[in-house]
Amino acid sequence: MDASTWVAKRPEPTALARLFDYKPFLIAVCLFPAVGLLMAFLTYPLGLGVYLAFTDTQIGGNGKWVGLENFIDLMEDPIFLQSVWWTFVYTAIATVGKFALGLWLALLLNDNIPFKSAIRAIILLPYIVPTVLSAIAWWWIYDPQFSIISYVVVDQLGLRDRYYDFLGEPWPARWSLIVANIWRGIPFVAITLLAGLQTISPSLYEAAMLDGASGWQRFRRITAPLLMPILAIVMTFSVLFTFTDFQLVYAITRGGPINSTHLMATLAFQRGIPAGQLGEGAAIAVAMIPFLVFATLFSYYALGNRKWQQGSDND
Amino acid sequence: MATVSVRSVRKAFGSVEVLHGVDVEVEDGEFVILVGPSGCGKSTLLRMIAGLENITRGEIAIGGRVVNNVAPKERDIAMVFQNYALYPHMTVLDNMAFSLTLLNAPKSVIEEKVGRAAAILGLEPYLARYPRQLSGGQRQRVAMGRAIVRDPQVFLFDEPLSNLDAKLRVQMRAEIKELHQRLKTTTIYVTHDQIEAMTMADKIVVMNGGNVEQMGAPLELYDRPRNLFVAGFIGSPAMNFVKGKIEGGVFRAGDIALPLPTDPGTAQEGQPIVYGIRPEHLRLDPNGVAATVHVTEPTGSETQVIMHLAGSQVVGAFRERIAEKPGQHLHIAPDPALVHLFDEQTGTRLN
Repeated sequence: MDASTWVAKRPEPTALARLFDYKPFLIAVCLFPAVGLLMAFLTYPLGLGVYLAFTDTQIGGNGKWVGLENFIDLMEDPIFLQSVWWTFVYTAIATVGKFALGLWLALLLNDNIPFKSAIRAIILLPYIVPTVLSAIAWWWIYDPQFSIISYVVVDQLGLRDRYYDFLGEPWPARWSLIVANIWRGIPFVAITLLAGLQTISPSLYEAAMLDGASGWQRFRRITAPLLMPILAIVMTFSVLFTFTDFQLVYAITRGGPINSTHLMATLAFQRGIPAGQLGEGAAIAVAMIPFLVFATLFSYYALGNRKWQQGSDND
Repeated sequence: MATVSVRSVRKAFGSVEVLHGVDVEVEDGEFVILVGPSGCGKSTLLRMIAGLENITRGEIAIGGRVVNNVAPKERDIAMVFQNYALYPHMTVLDNMAFSLTLLNAPKSVIEEKVGRAAAILGLEPYLARYPRQLSGGQRQRVAMGRAIVRDPQVFLFDEPLSNLDAKLRVQMRAEIKELHQRLKTTTIYVTHDQIEAMTMADKIVVMNGGNVEQMGAPLELYDRPRNLFVAGFIGSPAMNFVKGKIEGGVFRAGDIALPLPTDPGTAQEGQPIVYGIRPEHLRLDPNGVAATVHVTEPTGSETQVIMHLAGSQVVGAFRERIAEKPGQHLHIAPDPALVHLFDEQTGTRLN
């Protein structure tokens, strides 16, 4: 056969090919992995957690339905109430610290400074190191005998005659945790805000400069409003991460001294697993949900939605 | 309103020099256009006048005052950017009033000044809108409005029309020219489009590779381009060039002969020469040279014909309707009074 006698004829699709061209089948096949994973690792544990919160289950035993009893008990539990208060304080102070320092770093990096990419990589380091590892490092820094801060201040500089007791008293322990959390949170804030800053066209700053704006006026009237949408998103994530923080606190203080640094998350774990009261631990965890939902909605609606961003209505 | 003087200005980015000593004098109230191909340094020069780039060497003076070390905001200039640089989070009103707001101007003053600018530009219905709700032409006007409100000594325009579609560009071209006639503010305008330069400018500065090639009134540049670059850059369709020599009182290229201009200037017998003739200065002449027609492009008012003549491609623009088909011959002759002769080596004008 040569080119002149050959007739173009499309081969018949095989049964398998037809099956994959059948849309309902294709949709089911494509959705299955995602839906399966979400069901197995998100919906089921969350549902189980919520269910457990209404039972008196203990480890190794089947509990029975007790209704709101766990929550009513928690309302009168001073350790729980203190952990709620501390979770809020911790989140508030750490968030303010992270954003103040993170924004400052982002603004510095957005300018033309030498070794920019190297500095950028270094800044990401706290975020790359696994949290537990960096928590252990901080634990050493805060150690009553081997703390490098005490070593420098007392032994090298001679500014004090006694070692710091970072983790032995409630307030020093709390501040120590906040510092560690800020240190860990800065990279995320700085890098995301830097990305936001880089979306602002340099010609806006040039125009503002010609319009007579000083550096501070350019920041307040151009940078700040244009950064607000991304700031809101970063803030939401940061608040959620901080509010649900577990690793840093559990690795450095385990909630001590005398429960003064228990966050809701660490307390939930403490009660549920080491203490075996699964129902009560689940109730503490479930009690976090309303706060988280509120924080998300607040930052989303109050900060994120700007009129000038909304869809173009060319009427 | 003020004069602008650029005196042997050089600009280097690191070790790369992009402006090699540029001198431009702008009279008070003049509309000057810097034109040239991409990368010729025209935008850099404008940004140096604005104070957005520092001056490596030389001097720039605005209104007689040397501004080399004066901050942009102290130079009393307003600039319209290629991408308009409107503040996206401010309404049209706030955009235009921004410079006044920074000075804490009273509300009544802001309203009056913005109102006047908005009236000039026909922007009154849009004052409450955000930039993203405006079309390209409206954004362009807001950018100009922001400059007008400032009432500056000098307007600077950086390729302001290049983001608009062709029709709007023609319209805005006329608007900017009319605005200048009305406000009479000294204006420096950068573009790569020679039509914009020809139609709008009082004075054109043709730049290439960081040097000024020629400076002058639009028609002066059209009639007497000083070198091959200006000759090829100004005018559309571009000037035709034929390489050859003067032999026996005529210009010879291959086997064809073309008449010399009445005054051949310093052109010597036997010297390698580039013979330039604009498409619109070719006419049909039964006694002229025969050129092979390749493509005809009728535009209605005239017909442009792409032809081959002595190995060169030549474009003619004729008022007559051309019936010749591709492959046929057309007899053409240049108008000797409008012929340009250039030295083939240096590219400078000889006649």
